Amino acid sequence: MEQVPLTHVLILSSTLFFLGIYGFFSRRNLITMLMSIELILNSININFVAFNKYLYPHQLEGVFFTLFIITVAAAEVSLSIAIIINLFRRFNTIDIEDTNTLKF
Amino acid sequence: MSASTIIFYILAALTLTFGALTVFSRKIFRAAVFLLLSLICIAGIYILMEMDFVAALQIVIYVGGIVVLIIFSIFLTQKAGERLPSRLPKRLLWAILLPVAGLAFSSWVIFNHPFAQTGTAPIEPTVHNIGLQLLNYDQYGYVLPFEAVSILLLASLVGSIIIAMKKKQQ
Repeated sequence: MEQVPLTHVLILSSTLFFLGIYGFFSRRNLITMLMSIELILNSININFVAFNKYLYPHQLEGVFFTLFIITVAAAEVSLSIAIIINLFRRFNTIDIEDTNTLKF
Repeated sequence: MSASTIIFYILAALTLTFGALTVFSRKIFRAAVFLLLSLICIAGIYILMEMDFVAALQIVIYVGGIVVLIIFSIFLTQKAGERLPSRLPKRLLWAILLPVAGLAFSSWVIFNHPFAQTGTAPIEPTVHNIGLQLLNYDQYGYVLPFEAVSILLLASLVGSIIIAMKKKQQ
């Protein structure tokens, strides 16, 4: 694993990040937008772990940030699934173009 | 070129392929399954970096929890076999332009920045060391964020139950 340069890991994570950005901007469905957010969070986790492994191996800060990001992601997904189910119950759709009641 | 290097590149290619299929797939259930495979490949990358605990958490929380929750919500809200609507061309232009520009800029930064390794003796990222530092209240201890995140988890648990609860008919 030491032969893989750090730049290749960073290129992998940034490509995954911008794939997630593309999905977030191009989709109108709330669940696919949620999946794009998961991709973005995972790319950030790869970044933290790679920096911890390659640049600061005498510390464990990257591992802790990864653990907290995973925890916050779990909380975020449970809340947003609840919101999506409530939205579907009320409007019978989860397309964000159709749920514009609050839009001025 | 050792075996772990080759395995890393294979896993990286698989992660990117499944991530791209997640984003580009027109069927939402397939997108969720591709997301699951991509997350499993990322856990493999963590194992190659000798972060066993993070890989186990990735499998348990992401693959076992989050993706299953997403698949449940797909079953609850989507009609089976329905394709997602195609994208608007004007929005698609920006959605392609912005990530390509951002990827070009960040790869330029990555290839031009000299990453200097600091530090002396590496710490093994075992569960023992992680637990000792996570529940430490000295300097560089993480007990306060640990407690804060536990309150956050409790709040999100209660909040998601309240939000998804059915109102009583009056």
